Amino acid sequence: MDIYTETILDHYQHPHHAGALARPTIKASADNPLCGDKIYLYLLIKNGVVADVGFVGTGCAISQAAMSLLADEVLDKKVSNLKKYTPAKIYGMLKVSISPGRVKCALLGLATLQKALKMIQK
Amino acid sequence: MLTNLKKDFPILKRKINGKPLVYLDNASTSQKPMAVLSALQKYYTTSNANIHRGIHTLSEEATAAYENTRKKVAKFINAKTEEEIIFTKNGTEAINCVSASWGKTHIAKGDEIIVSALEHHANLVPWQELAKEKGAILKIIPLTADYLLDLPAYKKLLSKKTKLVCVTAQSNVTGTIVPIKKITALARAVGAKILVDGAQMAGHSKVNVRDIDCDFFAFSAHKMLGPTGVGVLYVKQPLINEMTPYLYGGDMALTVQEQSATYRAGPWKFEAGTPNIADVVAFGAALDYLTSIGLAAIAAHDRELLAYAKKRFSKYSGVKLFSPSRIQDAGGVLSFTVDGVHSHDIATIFNEGGVAIRSGLHCAEPLVRRLGVDATARLSFYLYNTKKDIDAAERALKKVLKIFTHH
Repeated sequence: MDIYTETILDHYQHPHHAGALARPTIKASADNPLCGDKIYLYLLIKNGVVADVGFVGTGCAISQAAMSLLADEVLDKKVSNLKKYTPAKIYGMLKVSISPGRVKCALLGLATLQKALKMIQK
Repeated sequence: MLTNLKKDFPILKRKINGKPLVYLDNASTSQKPMAVLSALQKYYTTSNANIHRGIHTLSEEATAAYENTRKKVAKFINAKTEEEIIFTKNGTEAINCVSASWGKTHIAKGDEIIVSALEHHANLVPWQELAKEKGAILKIIPLTADYLLDLPAYKKLLSKKTKLVCVTAQSNVTGTIVPIKKITALARAVGAKILVDGAQMAGHSKVNVRDIDCDFFAFSAHKMLGPTGVGVLYVKQPLINEMTPYLYGGDMALTVQEQSATYRAGPWKFEAGTPNIADVVAFGAALDYLTSIGLAAIAAHDRELLAYAKKRFSKYSGVKLFSPSRIQDAGGVLSFTVDGVHSHDIATIFNEGGVAIRSGLHCAEPLVRRLGVDATARLSFYLYNTKKDIDAAERALKKVLKIFTHH
């Protein structure tokens, strides 16, 4: 039942890849206006691979930890692979059960990433 | 303190996550006593029929029961007559009834509508829309540093251009009790009409619409032990005669020809179609229950719980309370934040301890922004809550602090 695991709290309080990139290839943002969760995601893409990633976010422990875990995950990955990420991937990284009320929190990072990936296609 | 009322509310026997339910989300909706649940069942098992049209016994009984609640509501808020009481589906619809009906014909370009910074979206968004549609101007009464309405600033906003003043009687975020009688008297002096959003006040303290001297008073049954799906709009007579219907159809029409129709008078012209008969009938049982406990006793109970909660929650550094400094300036609502912890995480940890609280923007986004935070967590009390409930909330708070600061 306890969703505030060491991993989640650690990523929330000390997020990995925190901060904006100076020269990102893409910048995207998404929010949950009802919660006040917000994420700005920065990706540096080189040869179809994520060469660097950074994010700036505010919100609950779940939304911010999920983004931090996801940032670790996307680094050095091919953009074509990232497009295949599903909510199950996020739940697998969080390793806790997410109640219906917190689904939007857990998936905000993924939504931001997907928004960013769509911008590459354009 | 009121005691021993939990037994009247079957849901309060529930366990949440293996812990006894501690329900502290009453500003969102209240729980229902057995008397209300029984009334609902009794209506459907003995008297169910459509109203105002049947000749048969059931229809007559249903009509009498429905109209009897209208009489009870009138008495409960000290209206002059039950013809001042319109049933709607909720408090929001009650306010929209005024904007869509009275507002449509009485607000013109350049007119000014005043609302307060404490408003729930229900008493803000309808006026934003009306102002946009009519080219009217929306003005906001600001707050003092102590979360009270800034009355000198309000006086400056008032002018001959002011056509309508819409204020809440009590904030659902800070709990601030608004001096509505003063607000009303000042609005009267410039000839403006006054709407009071009483959703947080009704059922928590005595409402006396004639003493307040407002033109409109809106509230909802579900926040005062009644079922969901029932709202009330009080309209002072004879103002109701100046208002055109805004929903058309059955029951509200008097005579109907192929190309035109005439409408019923009084509240009935606003109740088009089959209304929420069963829930209105059961709401009558909620009013009886509240009256038997006594509104003064409920108000005192809320206040005592608030004082106790403020004392408990103010002990912790990093916990910030958003509540007027004087106890008598607030109802049974306490918003707070914990440094470094989002309100949704607070609510999740409280829920693990069986404690139901609200978190987020509370449908009052401009107010929460004014408080300078992204969101708050909120405790809100009612007649069945006890100091033990607040002790459980304090234990949950300690857990929040432990999880997020011992890391």
